[in-house]
Amino acid sequence: MPKYMLSVLNDPAVDFASLPEEELKQIGADVDAFNDIVREAGKWVFAGGLESIEAATVVDGRGESPVITDGPFSESKEYLGGFWIIEATDLDEALDWATRGSKACRAIVEVRPFDAA
Amino acid sequence: MTSVEEVFRAEYGRVVAGLVRRFGDIDVAEEALADALVTALERWPRDGVPPNPAAWLTRVAGNKAIDRLRREKVRDEKYAEAAMLQDNTAAEPTGPVTDDRLRLIFTCCHPALAPENRIALTLRLLGGLTVAEIAHAFLVPETTMAQRITRAKAKIKQARIPYRVPMGDDLPNRMAGVLAVLYLIFNEGYLSTTAASVREDLCTEAIRLTRQLHEASAYLGPPMDQTQPEVLGLLALMLLLDARRPARLRDGVLVTLPDQDRSAWNSDQIEEGHALVRQCLALNRPGPYQIQAAINAVHTDAPDASSVDWSQVVALYDQLAALTPSPIVALNRAVAVAELDGPQVALAIVDDLDLGSYHAFQATRAELLRRLGRYDEAREAYDQAIALTENEAERAWLAGRQASCG
Repeated sequence: MPKYMLSVLNDPAVDFASLPEEELKQIGADVDAFNDIVREAGKWVFAGGLESIEAATVVDGRGESPVITDGPFSESKEYLGGFWIIEATDLDEALDWATRGSKACRAIVEVRPFDAA
Repeated sequence: MTSVEEVFRAEYGRVVAGLVRRFGDIDVAEEALADALVTALERWPRDGVPPNPAAWLTRVAGNKAIDRLRREKVRDEKYAEAAMLQDNTAAEPTGPVTDDRLRLIFTCCHPALAPENRIALTLRLLGGLTVAEIAHAFLVPETTMAQRITRAKAKIKQARIPYRVPMGDDLPNRMAGVLAVLYLIFNEGYLSTTAASVREDLCTEAIRLTRQLHEASAYLGPPMDQTQPEVLGLLALMLLLDARRPARLRDGVLVTLPDQDRSAWNSDQIEEGHALVRQCLALNRPGPYQIQAAINAVHTDAPDASSVDWSQVVALYDQLAALTPSPIVALNRAVAVAELDGPQVALAIVDDLDLGSYHAFQATRAELLRRLGRYDEAREAYDQAIALTENEAERAWLAGRQASCG
């Protein structure tokens, strides 16, 4: 079955760390519940949340010796906060999962198909 | 256009949609149908057009596709096999869908495609227009349009945008998206955003596609029956607007509704439009397109400009505003209010709207100021309206109105 990557795009303007404890707990519970539904539907491949972008390191190993710099690499406003890899029969199903995932984690989700080859 | 090409154009959407379902690939379907056209151009002028051209084209194109896939299988076995076997639609619970064109239009108008690509794909695959024709209609270079269509088709394939009628709760929303694409095509023809004043070809094509959609979706059960009245409404709206086309331009200058020669209107289209509006009323599920059609029916019902039932028009705009409140609806309502309660009342409504960069807002304001004898302000508003539109016929009309101020 085709696989899709659902990337969670966090908006730096939303500081999750400053949210009240109760709300954070609720988000965590919603994401757990969503994960369970994906697993029960047999669509789960892998998922994970990432540490903040301050923890990122960039490596360029194309040259003779690797160049290592403090990350992140991308200058873009939104940053990857986590992701799901799911199986879905087509884009409409993937979009439906993404909608539910986005609701659970309170963030925008980008849907991208894996190369089928 | 020769008769072979006319028949081909008329049957294109139906045949290509069937081929896409069978072969699971838009490119395979299009290439096969192009091959079939070559055969038709050889044979039909000699043997006559077959009694069922769609069936003929489907059969010949199907054979061509299999030939082509066999050839490609030798060259690229993996790809060809995938294309042959991938028929996602067969086992899916699509309900009582019988017409492949309906699946195809939902694919072409999928929200995951960029709006301009939806329009291009719909015209190409369902309208059977060539890439050159679509490029010409939207005044972009052919290579740009070809790239746009290629990119959209690549996304359909890579992201697996499904080839089916959406189910359940998604359907009304997605149908609204399809209708929006068709209405955009019509509007670009009716009052082009470019210098070209009116593009009849786009109006005609939008009407043909909406008619197709109506045919294809007419026999669906719930929840399609909720959206069906809006399909009828859009068809009626397009027909009633398009009926006035012969009277809309005089020597390259736009002629507005009150000044149009009503005897030049297309009475067949008006009759059909009115019948559709009555059908909508009987269904009693009002929606924005149906109400706009009803408003236009009030206009086309009046034998002359002075006998328009403006209270009816305002009442319909009230209904439209309740359903889909927007500044544009409020602006159009104000035009009717001006006829009912005078320009002063209408101007007060218009001045409350935050539409300064919209040409129709400036034009409406200019007309109201003009009627109130506030010529300096009117002239200024005409200037702004002229600056905000590229449409030559509209600019000419606005300039004429401005010159006659005071």
